[in-house]
Amino acid sequence: MDSNQGSITTDIVVYAVILLLACAQVFVLRGHLLPMLVVAAIQAYLAVMFFMHLRTEKSTLRLALIPVTLFVLVMMNMVWADSYRLMHMKPFAK
Amino acid sequence: MSEANLAAGHGADVMEARPFAIPSKKLVMWLFIISDACTFGAMLFAYGYIKNAAADWPHPFENSSIMNALLMTFILVTSSLTILIATRHAKGGDKSKALMWTFITVVLGLAFAALHLKEWFGLIGEGVRLFQNPWGAPMFGASFFAVTGLHLAHVVSGAIALTVVALGYKRGRYNSDDLEIWSLYWHFVDLVWMFVVPIVYLMNASAG
Repeated sequence: MDSNQGSITTDIVVYAVILLLACAQVFVLRGHLLPMLVVAAIQAYLAVMFFMHLRTEKSTLRLALIPVTLFVLVMMNMVWADSYRLMHMKPFAK
Repeated sequence: MSEANLAAGHGADVMEARPFAIPSKKLVMWLFIISDACTFGAMLFAYGYIKNAAADWPHPFENSSIMNALLMTFILVTSSLTILIATRHAKGGDKSKALMWTFITVVLGLAFAALHLKEWFGLIGEGVRLFQNPWGAPMFGASFFAVTGLHLAHVVSGAIALTVVALGYKRGRYNSDDLEIWSLYWHFVDLVWMFVVPIVYLMNASAG
């Protein structure tokens, strides 16, 4: 048995938490982007760490994968300047 | 410290230490996952860019569509759990249970795809096309179908891949490591959906 796997109870608890968070997004946070994205990030963290077992892998693997991915995703935020320019500085195209 | 394992005779193979203490094929899957995460990130940012820059972005998703999206989320997250159970059984050497749970995962994935197509046909029936719709910004259709279509393609190809790997595992061609590697892909597909739902569906829910 691979010691990487952990307990099935943990998997089921994480599964339930992810579903509860999804319900929270739909019934409580609908329409509020930032809180929904925070909840989605928590769901993603749980999925990556527990379902994908990254929690039990070597820390060097986590360091190799996570920071660079987050960096690329964060850098994509540069698009907002242009999209706000379109919204505020040019007439709307009909 | 490398493990040099010289085979006798010609063509000696030198076994290097596994990168990050995982099989190379598993590392390849992780690298694919992070590249695919950047792809989906770019698609979702592009969706947000277009939505932000549009004056009259449609909000077509009524309660029935939102509940459909929640049901799809439930199905996909459950399929993540079932492939996890399948991998657990595979690692424990129980081939038949591993196969059973893998095929349950595939069925759930196909159910997700069917519900997704139902949603698509509903929107198409209401007049949504790639570059026009009855409600507002013409780019809504193209951006919605692009984001959800890319995800749907990943779900369908993941279902096909899991089927191929499961059948190969049954024949002895693949082992539990291979099933675990493709379970990583499946979890990733589920993870992406957790971002697609709030950005594409919940931010475009109709007020009524």
